[in-house]
Amino acid sequence: MSEVLVLIDHVDGAVRKPTYELLTIAKRLGEPSAVFIGSSSQGAEVAEKVKAYGAEKVYVVDDAQIKGYLVAPKAEALQQLAEKTSPAAILIPSTSEGKEVAARLSIKISSGLITDAVDVEADGSATQSVFAGNFTLKGKVTHGTPIITVKPNSAAPEQAEGAGAVEEFAATISDSAKKAQIVASQPRKSTGRPELTEAAIVVAGGRGTGGNFESVEGLADALGGAVGASRAAVDSGWIPHTFQIGQTGKTVSPQLYVATGISGAIQHRAGMQTSKTIVAVNKDEEAPIFELVDFGVVGDLHTVLPALTEEVTKRKG
Amino acid sequence: MNIVVCVKYVPDATADRQFESDNTVDRVGVDGLLSELDEYAVEQALQLKEKAGDDTVVTALCVGPEKGVDAVRKALQMGADKGVHVVDDAIAGSDAAATSLVLAKAIEKAGAEGKVDLVVCGMASTDGVMGILPAMLAERLDLPQVTLASVIETQGDQVRVKRDGDTATEVIGATMPLVLSVTDQSGEARYPSFKGIMAAKKKPLETWSLGDLGVDAGQVGLGAAWTAVEDTTARPPRTAGEIVKDEDGSGASALADFLASKKFI
Repeated sequence: MSEVLVLIDHVDGAVRKPTYELLTIAKRLGEPSAVFIGSSSQGAEVAEKVKAYGAEKVYVVDDAQIKGYLVAPKAEALQQLAEKTSPAAILIPSTSEGKEVAARLSIKISSGLITDAVDVEADGSATQSVFAGNFTLKGKVTHGTPIITVKPNSAAPEQAEGAGAVEEFAATISDSAKKAQIVASQPRKSTGRPELTEAAIVVAGGRGTGGNFESVEGLADALGGAVGASRAAVDSGWIPHTFQIGQTGKTVSPQLYVATGISGAIQHRAGMQTSKTIVAVNKDEEAPIFELVDFGVVGDLHTVLPALTEEVTKRKG
Repeated sequence: MNIVVCVKYVPDATADRQFESDNTVDRVGVDGLLSELDEYAVEQALQLKEKAGDDTVVTALCVGPEKGVDAVRKALQMGADKGVHVVDDAIAGSDAAATSLVLAKAIEKAGAEGKVDLVVCGMASTDGVMGILPAMLAERLDLPQVTLASVIETQGDQVRVKRDGDTATEVIGATMPLVLSVTDQSGEARYPSFKGIMAAKKKPLETWSLGDLGVDAGQVGLGAAWTAVEDTTARPPRTAGEIVKDEDGSGASALADFLASKKFI
């Protein structure tokens, strides 16, 4: 069976959950080989983690020449690894960086690229959700090595013991790949809540919050969910852009999406329409969000949310 | 300074967008317009021109169908100086890789008349929303990419941007020439003024074919795509849910009952 390269999604060696989802998908396509671009001193530790999800090989690419620059060096490293291993496919997390790395790699190795897949089958066909979630599309790479970027929550991670053989890979990074320099990087503070794109439950607030996100956060915490926001709330300066859900923010597809004080414009729907269960609280019964919901409450979120939070806490005991 | 801003002509996102029988996007049956996210790119290009205050030229470049010229015109109305529309029947159905090839060749052709310092793109199109074209363009042109910028500063040929990376807020620095992509956080795009609309009519607008760019028709279009869409299915409309009015304050417990029935609590 051919190798399937999986680029590990991590922050300073801390492996992120989508990596395990990608490894699970990779097993359908071939033999998963995880690629760790990071500090080689963390290679063994990372290998232990990904091995538990079926990684047969773990390529450790030291990032001393890579980490200070945007996108291009990672694409070069993956190109060299692809040339060495002739993989059956290359799976990359569908983050904004992941997609750009995939884009450059696609041109470098003249291979087709599918982005934002929500499922990949054994024959390599990938499912995407397009036009604000109004269409489901199935497609395949028809030229070169399939490169597929996969969205979080696209598969339930399955534990499977792999060999996890560590192999150091020395990539040669050209000078021209080192021209967009990361001058400063301020890691985002952890909110203590689940990662928005990975969360099973998301509670989002919009214009109707009037800038008061306390009750949104309270409900999110009671449900063990993440907090999100509509563009209107972000543009009003009530909450940072990193919380934005929609066309120009994050796309989420949780088990439960709670929209509060959000009217449900097409741009917002683009970011949440594929959620499994959708509920909404909004004062305006004409709000388009109510066309999407499984359950809706026409009412003031400032009274409904605290009461709901209390109810949830009570029932959870 | 010589700035090229890439603009895409897309089906209106608020209209009923469809696919053709060959699974390509229906670009005829639905009204099209300049992709909203590219307006931010035009805006930033114009602001850079205003700041430079010299003989900076902003060229709006569109690869797209006949009607795609509307996207170029809108950019000219906003204040771009020149327009280029690359149109050729063979381009229809091109994937992102082929589109980036045509754009790259067009930028090179524009550059032959005067070195291009900056290629500005929106963060993604509002139809495909892949967000990969700026990186592909940078790869093809062998230029640094400074992408997803929310704040843009320049000093001479130095560019410094702030951006919301996936896990960190970052400052990226690079030297022109480069490919820059900007997000919708970079600042509201201006509306064309009446004066701008009138002036746009007199601005140079060139139409280039694949032949003008030295691109072989076999390298682009649906047949040359590196990916194939095999099936498009309209998502079944969500079945109408239950809506209750919180008139007597029972809304919260009704919602809690629903969440419990779905095992969320």
